[in-house]
Amino acid sequence: MTDSSMRVAIVDYGAGNLVSIRNALQLLGATPVVASTADELEGADVILVPGVGASAPAMGRLRRQGLADPIVERVRAGTWYVGICLGLQLLFERSDEDDAEMFGLLRGDVVRIADAPSLPHIGWNRVERRQEHPLLEGISDGFPAYFVHSYVPAPADAAVVVAETEHGATFPSIVAIDRIIAFQFHPERSGEDGLRLLANTLGLITAGSATAPAAMVAD
Amino acid sequence: MLLRRVIPCLDVKNGRVVKGVRFEGLTDEGDPPELAERYAQAGADEICFLDITAAPEGRGTLLDIVERTASRVFVPLTVGGGVRSAVEMRDVLRAGADKVAINTAAVDDPDLITTCARRFGSQCVVISVDVRAREDQPGAWEVVVQGGRKPTGLDAVEWIERAVALGAGEVLLTSIDRDGTRQGFDIELLRTITSRVSVPVIASGGAGKPADMTAAVTEGDADAVLAASIFHRDIHSIDAVKADMAAAGVPVRLTGEAA
Repeated sequence: MTDSSMRVAIVDYGAGNLVSIRNALQLLGATPVVASTADELEGADVILVPGVGASAPAMGRLRRQGLADPIVERVRAGTWYVGICLGLQLLFERSDEDDAEMFGLLRGDVVRIADAPSLPHIGWNRVERRQEHPLLEGISDGFPAYFVHSYVPAPADAAVVVAETEHGATFPSIVAIDRIIAFQFHPERSGEDGLRLLANTLGLITAGSATAPAAMVAD
Repeated sequence: MLLRRVIPCLDVKNGRVVKGVRFEGLTDEGDPPELAERYAQAGADEICFLDITAAPEGRGTLLDIVERTASRVFVPLTVGGGVRSAVEMRDVLRAGADKVAINTAAVDDPDLITTCARRFGSQCVVISVDVRAREDQPGAWEVVVQGGRKPTGLDAVEWIERAVALGAGEVLLTSIDRDGTRQGFDIELLRTITSRVSVPVIASGGAGKPADMTAAVTEGDADAVLAASIFHRDIHSIDAVKADMAAAGVPVRLTGEAA
């Protein structure tokens, strides 16, 4: 069971529905709060960035709401970041989609899926493990997850790739490093496996929070 | 590679799941969120609610149902029936739906498709099209609206191509001739439409047995199959449909004991 005191700030910047992820976190015993201002990030153990859509308008809204810089600062200072779909893409530096400048918390760009038989990539597809990771504990390799997107990350550092998915090109569908965990698909819409993945995410955060964040150690 | 989907459809009237053939002889089948949860546990890849409440005052009930469903069902939820404006679509999405199907309203005002696609993204906008075979013209279908009662004179292929060009991200294609008959999908109709559009097509109308659903995919090239009565009456399980598909080499999401 997850520590019910874990406060998860779900960032609300008008990019899609927050209902499902909030409900899933509640079901798993966390305390989700919806944050649409920087003040509302105060006291959060986890900043969760959801979202469907294009990166430039998303970054525009985050900046107008005064959220973009505070999110980056807090994550650099050791707050956990969980990204879903667009929330994964925003972690990187630049997107080919309208040339957006993003958080830059991870090195690399976001590109359109190459050789895709159909775009957007919508529906259930398989998630293939690329490294042993506690996130995937109890979940079978190649489990199906629900995707809705046209762009994908191209990380500069291959070590962040936990799992990949094929749709024409093969692309990272789970990335994780230090206190950053992100999914290109929607775990909150991926049935039992998705809920298990979210439970593992919360478990990893609870366990990992007991130790000093790597970024701070390195400093 | 994308997996083919099996979607149970729940007809909702005044807040309850009902069933009947072509909206006639309806019987009460239960609470929509409860049934949706049961289907999700049984392996549904997506849930579809079709609201057939005639009176506009029944609309608030639908939002409540969507909200209650989103709090316990963690697979995608598509809601259709009676959505007539971008504001109504917004309300349904905010309540927790992933996609909204529009039908009659899009025929009346095709620009609604573009408005909604620009505002919410094409992935949210499903064009639901009910068609009837033309007696005067074999191999052609006419679009009908208002639950299949009102002919429009529109050719199905032309209308669907136009709706996709206007921004629809998916097509829910129902053969009114087959609907409720359990005689199998209209494969020729499916082939005709899937060969003309690049967005996913959901086959609806005529599911009677697992082999029908497999044929809709293998012969009709449908991305998903939708059925109501065969699932509601426990005539066939979702697992049985997926097992039949898997045996035919169709990639599907197997859950529970079938996995």
